[in-house]
Amino acid sequence: MNKTEKIKREPLFHIVNRGRDAIPWWKGMLIRAAAIVFALAVCAVIMVILTKENPIEIYKTMFDGAFGTERRKWKLLQEIAVLLCISLAVTPAFKMQFWNIGAEGQALVGGLATAACMFYIGGKVPQGMLIIIMVAASIVAGAIWALIPAVFKAVWNTNETLFTLMMNYIAIQLVDVFVNIWAKNGSAVLSPMSEYGLPIIGDKKYLLNVIIVAALTVGMYIYLKYSKQGYEISVVGQSEKTAKYIGISVKKVIIRTMLVSGAVCGIAGLILVGGTNHNINTNTVGGNGFTAIMVSWLAKFNPIFMILTAFMIVFLDLGASHVTAMFRISSDICDIMIGIILFFIIGCEFFINYKLKFRSFGKGGEAK
Amino acid sequence: MDKKIALELKGITKVFGKITANNNVDLDVYKGEILALLGENGSGKTTLMNMISGIYYPDSGQIFVDGEEVIISSPKDSFKYKIGMIHQHFKLVDVFSAAENIILGINDGKKYSIAETNARVLEITERYGFNIDPKKKIYEMSVSEKQTVEIIKVLYRGADILILDEPTAVLTPQETEKLFAVLRRMRDDGKAIIIITHKMHEVLSLTDRVAVLRKGEHIATVNTKETTVSELTEMMVGKKISLNIERSEPKNSCDRLVVSNLNCVSHEGVKILDNVSFTARSGEILGIAGIAGSGQRELLEAIAGLQHIDSGKILYHNPKNDEVVDLRDKTPLQIRDLGVRLSFVPEDRLGMGLVGDMDITDNMMLRSYRKGHSIFLDRKAPKNLAQEIIKSLEIVTPGTSTPVRRLSGGNIQKVLVGREIAAAPSVLMAAYPVRGLDINSSYTIYNLLTAQKERGVAVIFVGEDLDVLIELCDRILVIGSGKVTGIVDGRNAVKEEIGVLMTKTTSIDEENGGVAI
Repeated sequence: MNKTEKIKREPLFHIVNRGRDAIPWWKGMLIRAAAIVFALAVCAVIMVILTKENPIEIYKTMFDGAFGTERRKWKLLQEIAVLLCISLAVTPAFKMQFWNIGAEGQALVGGLATAACMFYIGGKVPQGMLIIIMVAASIVAGAIWALIPAVFKAVWNTNETLFTLMMNYIAIQLVDVFVNIWAKNGSAVLSPMSEYGLPIIGDKKYLLNVIIVAALTVGMYIYLKYSKQGYEISVVGQSEKTAKYIGISVKKVIIRTMLVSGAVCGIAGLILVGGTNHNINTNTVGGNGFTAIMVSWLAKFNPIFMILTAFMIVFLDLGASHVTAMFRISSDICDIMIGIILFFIIGCEFFINYKLKFRSFGKGGEAK
Repeated sequence: MDKKIALELKGITKVFGKITANNNVDLDVYKGEILALLGENGSGKTTLMNMISGIYYPDSGQIFVDGEEVIISSPKDSFKYKIGMIHQHFKLVDVFSAAENIILGINDGKKYSIAETNARVLEITERYGFNIDPKKKIYEMSVSEKQTVEIIKVLYRGADILILDEPTAVLTPQETEKLFAVLRRMRDDGKAIIIITHKMHEVLSLTDRVAVLRKGEHIATVNTKETTVSELTEMMVGKKISLNIERSEPKNSCDRLVVSNLNCVSHEGVKILDNVSFTARSGEILGIAGIAGSGQRELLEAIAGLQHIDSGKILYHNPKNDEVVDLRDKTPLQIRDLGVRLSFVPEDRLGMGLVGDMDITDNMMLRSYRKGHSIFLDRKAPKNLAQEIIKSLEIVTPGTSTPVRRLSGGNIQKVLVGREIAAAPSVLMAAYPVRGLDINSSYTIYNLLTAQKERGVAVIFVGEDLDVLIELCDRILVIGSGKVTGIVDGRNAVKEEIGVLMTKTTSIDEENGGVAI
């Protein structure tokens, strides 16, 4: 070792786990807010370098893209509702440490069931009856799609991540098959069956969707936190051995929880097909099944926080696409921006869980 | 003897949030000596050692190695100063051989040669009298062999200062003796050894000096030869405590749990329980003694409905209606539905008995949450229970909503035992309930078990300290390799007799055809 290096110095800083001494929630919020401000500042610099546009203008446009008009506001709410609905669906499974990444497929199958009802029995039964059948069919379809990997996991301990992922592709192909059967003249595009959709409240096309998801959010929060089944999910998720020790049937909980997870995905499909598009294609869920995983994790599986995380992601998405259109800049730049903002928001969790202790200057001094 | 200081600590302070783990601790260890670091749970022993091995960094204070001040900010630094720590939990790669694990992470610029490593490992084992095959894979090893690998790993890297964190907690008495012989040889070779331990007789038989910590402060360092158990205990706990356990005579004892000819075979086809028969009676404590891993865990889990039974009977005599039910092949839930009041304190507290990330209230209702027809949880009763237990068992916690993982070992155990006792059991099984606990907490647990016995509960206590078993239990069942090798009366049992029974491999039935008493 080099002699000159041998000067006795403390390292510049240490990383200390806050552990038992967790910081108060408001400080955590402050750190998160600071992270967003930093992220916006960094984005601004990068934007100036890459596009030479005024970053303030870009942010304004972003805001405008999300909230600018009545229609945009409703669009924002609708997108949040769909994303939030699927996020709520994956949450009980995640809490149980069952990595359900098949929400995309489960929602798509729910949507397919809704579309099938509209196509085959639309107009043949009273509209009220049709809606009841549609709701039931979508829930059952989503639940079955989730039940299959759950049973395999519970009985043969198969890997649920691969299984649910593969179920997505089957769902997509199924939709493709049915669209080709249903579509007229081999156009492979289904025309909207708007007359058989879910009812519209007043003239607000998306209001019913928003109400359904709001009710689901509260319901899921209560289910996870205050119900006996929610408690069992937590126990199984944290320690299967403890669950067995107190007599919980782990198999039963896995299957039951995935049924709940799939059923809520099915409702998301119902909202998308019955309440919004009135038709279906392979891209109807549009990747929300995967984005939902992030929404759920970022909110630490708390349904109420999920409203915030879902809002944040949808806001960035809508805002960025508006910016792309208005400034005629590449959408890649907007993706970079979204990436930076998410990096800061996720990265700031580190500072909430750990603190940096800097070198104390002068012997005997205490670093705080 | 040549007395040169190997390691010296001056004024070490470490604070975690509001808790001061170490306060101005001074400590020194000489070359060629074994120093015991003694202290209750949470007295800061492990924290102090972690600062020497580079896991934590002290808030203030100085560390000297061979008289020179050093900065240890990572395990790499500590290795550079020839300090090696053997942790309680082994850090080995299961599918690697001993030698492969030993050279893992060494980057000395030399070419990787497993043959050369094997040779050097053998050289070390011969020098200190270890007994290990460098080519053996870790997953094929016993706990004691794994520990040996950890020690050799440290020696291979040229450590002169060795720190062992409760090395004997997982060893049988024979293995402990072997380890001590090795440690003595290392001492004679000039190494400085620090051993963290709770066991007083180990301190007295092995070490040269004892440093006592209490509540993060260094109380004193004394020469082992000039001290006594009571003096050390007094320094450790700050007040004199009686080492006597109160044992009352069993009253109105009757058969409560009759186990007959129980057989269990593991997945690998090994017989874990071999024709086990015994009776647990109400109002008495039945101790179970045996070398760790002789089938104690499986026996308790079989009774609790968690272990598959191949043959045999577990008959429960219900004190309420004198009914007799067989618990065999029943799930824990079915057992409870039969009205069997069976409480079980498992060995693995956080992995099985409790959920670490849940708070005390939620852990309280693990057993009782199903009560009532509502689909919602009732947290009021468990919260009251949590408060009661915190008060009566003097659990140190900020409140009922603290995750149990954040509590210290003793407090975690009190939460678990408190919950199991609150269920008003008629049979209470406890596996190693005082493992890792300090003296005060241990006695709290002993007193709780005795109180249950006096209430008429049939208590089954699996223990490892024979002195405690002899003082606490009315009868002691000795288990060896899954067989009952003897049942002795606790009041006139002799330690040596139990020790012999523990290592026997023939059951009492095989010897005299008799039935267990």
